[in-house]
Amino acid sequence: MASSKKIIALFRKDLLLEIRQQYTFYGIVLYIACTVYVLFLAINEPDGSTWNALFWVNMLFISINAVAKSFLQESRGRMLYYYSLTSAQEFILAKLLYNILLMLVMSLLSLITFSFFLGGPFLHAVEFVGITILGGISMSLVFTLMAAIASRANQNAAIMVIMGFPVIIPQLLLLIRISKSAFGEIFKEGAVFQMVLLLGGLDVLVLALCMILFPFLWKD
Amino acid sequence: MHKSWWKIASVILLVYTIVGGFLMDVPRLFILNESIRNLYFHVSMWFAMMILFGVSLVYSIKYLSKQQYKHDIYASAYAGTGTFLGLLGYATGAVWANYTWVTDQGQSLSNILKEPKLLGAGIAILIYCAYFVLRGSFTDMDKKARVTAVYNIFAFVMLFPTIWIIPRLVGSLHPGAPGSDSGNPALNFNDIDSRLRMVFYPAVIGWTLLAVWITTLKIRTRLLADKSLL
Repeated sequence: MASSKKIIALFRKDLLLEIRQQYTFYGIVLYIACTVYVLFLAINEPDGSTWNALFWVNMLFISINAVAKSFLQESRGRMLYYYSLTSAQEFILAKLLYNILLMLVMSLLSLITFSFFLGGPFLHAVEFVGITILGGISMSLVFTLMAAIASRANQNAAIMVIMGFPVIIPQLLLLIRISKSAFGEIFKEGAVFQMVLLLGGLDVLVLALCMILFPFLWKD
Repeated sequence: MHKSWWKIASVILLVYTIVGGFLMDVPRLFILNESIRNLYFHVSMWFAMMILFGVSLVYSIKYLSKQQYKHDIYASAYAGTGTFLGLLGYATGAVWANYTWVTDQGQSLSNILKEPKLLGAGIAILIYCAYFVLRGSFTDMDKKARVTAVYNIFAFVMLFPTIWIIPRLVGSLHPGAPGSDSGNPALNFNDIDSRLRMVFYPAVIGWTLLAVWITTLKIRTRLLADKSLL
């Protein structure tokens, strides 16, 4: 089978598992709903910077919850089975694709609930949707690799958080900075584009690292 | 005297750094004043830190390609000394900032530490702390060596945007940010005064050699302790 077919097959497997079991999906949906509702009870109509901060904190925890599970369900025996069927690159690409899709759905969902309960103080809504999508992709890439490393460390969820937090902060810093432009903050000509470009570059870098490093994690 | 010339050189260079650094003539600049002498400590320690992290990275790559346990020991020892230098660099930087950045308008130091460049520095240290936490979480030695080598490579690559690129984009009080002179002033040949250069370059070499010396001692004890495994 060609590698693109294998990737699609693995991707479909993850998707089908999700559709049949649905515990990750509804777990995270409930998580988003609870968080936003508590925020809604605690503060009414926050101003731009507070909204922004709350939104990205929420995104961070969603991505940890969503992506951490991606390697948890793979038992040792099943990993051995994959090993006999596919190469490491195909396996990690399928995982990355699936996690990107999951994070896209989750981030758009949380954006909708946020706007519904807490109002949308942004001036450029379309721009902010774009930033959210970009943020979702960046986080899912980084945390997929972290989850892969953590799955080797006896599936230790705490380890993933400890490793992931410092690594994700640069991206979060950029994202918060870029999203301020959607709240009407004025930037120097081309500065926002430069930061978006840098974020995209970081994503490509993480992707390349995943492809290079995962084969070493995969062998046991 | 078996290959000890560089250890002697390290001591001589550091004595020169400390004596020359405190006594020799420096440019008089507004606000910076005599605190400019911190360049020999703060900046050169960060230089040494980056060099050590680089060496650690090389050994991690070597481990992944050759699977020799001693390369894992090398990588972790260099990362450890590098983190220690990072802490020292952070501390000296905080002292420096305390005298140059704090204005008399009731700012506190913690207010100033929220700088992008300092955040980047803090994150860099945290990334390597996470590396050591990760190391501690394994019981299987081969697995530990392999997985932590992977994380070490990833950490080093993420370190670059964190401390070199992002602070330059988002603006910072620290030299090297937009708004101040672009680039790292200590690296820029036109920017740094020749009187500073006289001490700065020997200081970088001296601190790096000392750090390597400390690390080789650590590696030797580790190699002796794990002698039966090698």
